[in-house]
Amino acid sequence: MIVVLVEVTPDGEPAEVSLEAVTFARSLSAAGGGVPVDVVVVGEPSTSSVETMTAYGVRRVHALTGDAFAAFSGAAWAAGVLSVREKAGSVVVMASGTPRGGEVMAHVAARAGVPMAANVLSFGGLSPFVVTRQVVGGAALEEMQLSARPAVFTVAGHAVEASPAESPGAGDVVVETPAVADADLVARVVSTEEPEADLSGDLSSARVVVGAGRGAGSADGFKDLLELTELLDASLGVSRVVTSLGWRPHHEQVGQTGSRIAPDLYIPCGISGAIQHWAGCSSAKNILAINTDAEAPMVTRATYAVIGDLHEIVPAINEEIRRRRG
Amino acid sequence: MTVLVCVKRVVDSSSEVVLTEDGQAVDGRYAGFTMSAHEECAVELAVQIGSAVGGATVMTLGDADAVEQLRAALAVGCEAATHVVADPQTFGPADVAREIAAVVKDQGHELVLLGNDAADSGDFQVGIRLAYELGWPVVNGAATVSVAEGVVTAGVAGPDGHETYRVPLPAVVTVLEGGVSPRYPSVPGRMKAKKVPIDERQPTAEPAGTGRVRLVLPPPAPSSVQVLGTGPEAAPAVVDLFEQLGVLAR
Repeated sequence: MIVVLVEVTPDGEPAEVSLEAVTFARSLSAAGGGVPVDVVVVGEPSTSSVETMTAYGVRRVHALTGDAFAAFSGAAWAAGVLSVREKAGSVVVMASGTPRGGEVMAHVAARAGVPMAANVLSFGGLSPFVVTRQVVGGAALEEMQLSARPAVFTVAGHAVEASPAESPGAGDVVVETPAVADADLVARVVSTEEPEADLSGDLSSARVVVGAGRGAGSADGFKDLLELTELLDASLGVSRVVTSLGWRPHHEQVGQTGSRIAPDLYIPCGISGAIQHWAGCSSAKNILAINTDAEAPMVTRATYAVIGDLHEIVPAINEEIRRRRG
Repeated sequence: MTVLVCVKRVVDSSSEVVLTEDGQAVDGRYAGFTMSAHEECAVELAVQIGSAVGGATVMTLGDADAVEQLRAALAVGCEAATHVVADPQTFGPADVAREIAAVVKDQGHELVLLGNDAADSGDFQVGIRLAYELGWPVVNGAATVSVAEGVVTAGVAGPDGHETYRVPLPAVVTVLEGGVSPRYPSVPGRMKAKKVPIDERQPTAEPAGTGRVRLVLPPPAPSSVQVLGTGPEAAPAVVDLFEQLGVLAR
């Protein structure tokens, strides 16, 4: 059996990246002769989230409840995942490669005394079980053998497209309250402050992202880019140099050490496209690069490009949008 | 109390990556080397916390050249350095965690800071495995870390907002870049760093390894870019594209 940790968004739905992980698990299941795919969620799942997971072919939803799961603790979540794993005898334990997914899987692997592969893109053979994963910020791929059981890994964000199963799973919900040791609750979240609303929105799920890099020129160089972001109801994402220079806050960063995005349209403006940025935006369905350098990696890898200074082009685009909207 | 911060010499991924012929490693002859961005922030936090308590020690597991990264951390305020001399390619995350734990036990640190993940191997697990080796609590992906009265307070950018953890010492914290700005080394700092003796150690056990079969480079993607125009005159073509992709409707 395969156990997938599914993260739930504040509105109670399975996170898109978790559905990607379930989709990955299904292809693994198919290669392995149809072993069932079960998921673990923390808290009682909403009816609609169970419907979604059923449509994704899930046999059983194990819901972890109880005081130990009221606030996040990586160790407690891992204890819960392992209790499900032990009862079901699963040979694979996996999650999406989010910060939380990676953290819990690392706890699972450490507790089980087995290796863990982070940011897996695909699998090769089943015996031995070999996965291909991103290393060096996506500049290289590693084929890694996972011999121990359970095989523990995370699926890189947007490595596969989330798609429902051809035939739904049983979708049975099992509410469980596993025992969690006090030691596993020492490092847990004691308070959470809601983030202030800003234009970065939820980058990882944004449909349109306006990107800004060194070409913005200074902290004052974002006026037109922010206007374009608003006009397109988009999110703003920036390159590492922009946050390193203090022009914009770190949570807007896209790349290896920031958010990974997969919008329908990404509009990188004045971003050269270093590999560390590309690692975060390569899953965009369409890329429109605006850059003075026609040979910049971001331009040559883009779907569309406009060559020139973003400070001349972006205001012209904004003006054209306003004109067409009357 | 003292703080230990762990760093790793990694290839600079902003330069082109070339693999060795056997596909087991990045060819160092063509690469620049650096410290992971997360670790630069971990060093900064270690120096800030260490200056208020008993000081900060930096350690690495790496080949002889990794001394460069130890000196870089000494130059910005770490006071001592430990070098476990080993080929990092053959040491998996569990091996590295075991070697760090041995140093912690020998030297008696009460707080260990690491980067959230190494920029080369991207394993996302050494800090957590270390915590299990030591039997200590671990906070993962902290942007801010402070210590007062035996309690570590760490701030993490969580999925639902800014999360706070408070854990008693001794503890492990892995650091994500963004919470602090790493300081630049001063000239006197660099001079002083050159004179600090480095405590060299051998690994305590043979490594179990990484499970690596081989490295490959991602397949090159041929450029198929469609240039819509040059300069502001391209704006109508751009907005046509927005309409075609259905991103203009509201």
